Amino acid sequence: MSLNAQFAFDVGPDHTSPVATTKGRRPVLRWAAIVGLLAFLVAPMIPLIFWSFAFRWNYPDLLPSEYSLRAWKAVASPTNNVLLATWNSSVIAVVVTVLSIAIGVPAGRALGLHKFRGKRLVELLIVAPIIVPTLAVALGMHTLFIRYGLSNSLLGVSVVHLIPALPYMTLVMSGVFANYDAAFESQARSLGASPLKTQWYVTFPAIRPGLVVGALFTFLISWSEYVLTLLIGGGQVVTLPLLLFNFARSGDNAIAGALAVVFVVPGVLVLLLTSKHLSTGHAAMGGTGT
Amino acid sequence: MTKVTLSNLTKVFEGKADPSVDQIDLEIESGKLTALLGPSGCGKTTTMRMIAGLLRPTSGDIQFDGKSILHIAPEHRGAVMVFQNYLLFPFMNIRENVGFGLKMRGVSKSETQGRVREMLDLVQLPDHDDRLPSQLSGGQQQRVALARALIVQPSVLLLDEPLSNLDAHLRDEMRELIRRVQTELGITTIFVTHDQEEAAVLADRIALIFRGKLQAYDSPEAYFERPANLEIARFFGGVNFIPGHYDGERINTQVGSFAAPHAAIANGDAVLTIRPEAVDLGVGGDNSVVGTIRSHVYAGRYARFVIDLDGIVIEASADPWRVSEFADGDKVSVRFDASQIWVIGSSDLPRTSGAGTGSAELSGATSPQFP
Repeated sequence: MSLNAQFAFDVGPDHTSPVATTKGRRPVLRWAAIVGLLAFLVAPMIPLIFWSFAFRWNYPDLLPSEYSLRAWKAVASPTNNVLLATWNSSVIAVVVTVLSIAIGVPAGRALGLHKFRGKRLVELLIVAPIIVPTLAVALGMHTLFIRYGLSNSLLGVSVVHLIPALPYMTLVMSGVFANYDAAFESQARSLGASPLKTQWYVTFPAIRPGLVVGALFTFLISWSEYVLTLLIGGGQVVTLPLLLFNFARSGDNAIAGALAVVFVVPGVLVLLLTSKHLSTGHAAMGGTGT
Repeated sequence: MTKVTLSNLTKVFEGKADPSVDQIDLEIESGKLTALLGPSGCGKTTTMRMIAGLLRPTSGDIQFDGKSILHIAPEHRGAVMVFQNYLLFPFMNIRENVGFGLKMRGVSKSETQGRVREMLDLVQLPDHDDRLPSQLSGGQQQRVALARALIVQPSVLLLDEPLSNLDAHLRDEMRELIRRVQTELGITTIFVTHDQEEAAVLADRIALIFRGKLQAYDSPEAYFERPANLEIARFFGGVNFIPGHYDGERINTQVGSFAAPHAAIANGDAVLTIRPEAVDLGVGGDNSVVGTIRSHVYAGRYARFVIDLDGIVIEASADPWRVSEFADGDKVSVRFDASQIWVIGSSDLPRTSGAGTGSAELSGATSPQFP
């Protein structure tokens, strides 16, 4: 707990250069923060891996007394729908990410770059889905979705995932565009770029780091969504979280552990692939002039 | 070689009552360097952006060689703008930045490569092709920006405050470069500046803009030597103004009467102007009066004296060694070289100030009091 508090102190208020300041002053605190962070994020994963290979693991043994591949065989078996659930989760997460980009980037641009009447209200409405309990909104949407035949379908689930995902994309992009100098686009036009080429060669590279971060957020939000999938999917659309929850509830720790590992892998993969962009943050084109 | 004609060009921004650019008529000669000069916020950059196609005029027309180009998108106009802060694309290296315009036009890679090198030579940048803009100094960035604009062989080159972000010594260098490149390529070049000296050094002709209105369009010498009115005289660094009455040959002031063969008006209420350099100290005779030295500044290459002429304060420049000749508080004889006196009408100040508030501030800020 104290380690966590320390971590919060480190990255909390001074987001300009938290590492540099702590590094300069107290290296001990810095290391404590890193260890605390690792313990908080990685440690819970370790028992899961053991569980997935355990055949017998009774109190008070520190490690399983017998190992087996039963859980992994069950996960691989077609009767348990793990492959289907992984496919569904992937399709939904990708669709949600693409839709979030299509809606969130223009919205973020409008909020970050322009001043307009009612901007505060729009900003409030955009974060509303995060503030208002999602379940309440989803219950209302459910009746609409049934009427329009969107319930129990992949598309319906994807659309409802936009409720928690879109605000993040929009907020990230409005931050990116707040530091973006649109004069670069004028310059490109003046040098002979059509509007489309300007977007592709100038705007896109400039916002790419933020775009990757936003896409990562939305992908993971959709990937781990449970309640909305259950409600709108009506149990017909099986995703990994649904499957995971079933096994966890049925008390089969081994299979739940194996599934949890499967569940975590894509997130970690995406994170590793995009870590380069995460560290450069929102390095958009602002004030590069002199 | 392209002649640029602005006719009745007007821009009113949404939510603003006064036009930012107000019915400007201007014919910019082909192959010449023309300055749009004026204080900040006078509409000169707005005018330039309209020529570049980045802003749509509210009314009026812009023509290149007699053909209206208002309906042509900026990327097809052939008018390339170089922005004040260069706007080099930060994620492209120098070569990619300079070659950007050719890439957009679908020019082959091998040809682009050759022309990029040519352009970097032209702006005297050594072959630092692979560096990113952030690794360059301000002067180098400016050169890259210039090369990037010139590579597409624009018919009109638009420079927005090309020297304002540079240190003093880089300024001279860049000024030379722009002048040389412009003469070499003969591109019709329009640049925006708020600095009258910069405009004078660089431009063939200066279009002076106050409050969105074209005040005058003339050669640099004309503005300094024969300003049409008090506001222009002040903007071009005039400091000595003595009100009086002009009869066509002499101007009679509260300080004295001076022979004044050169004037902007025939006769009437007038203001005598004279550059500090044309005020002779310690010389009597015709056109001379006696004043008191209030203070002085030694500036190395010259010495400047502030002299009180019976309530009217003027400045005089003298050779630097003469600083030991006079002490503050001394009475000194001051002579105005008649050939250097320029008389302008004092009545045209209220007329030009019109609705604007700018000139009211100007007239309040300077030393002489008008009767």
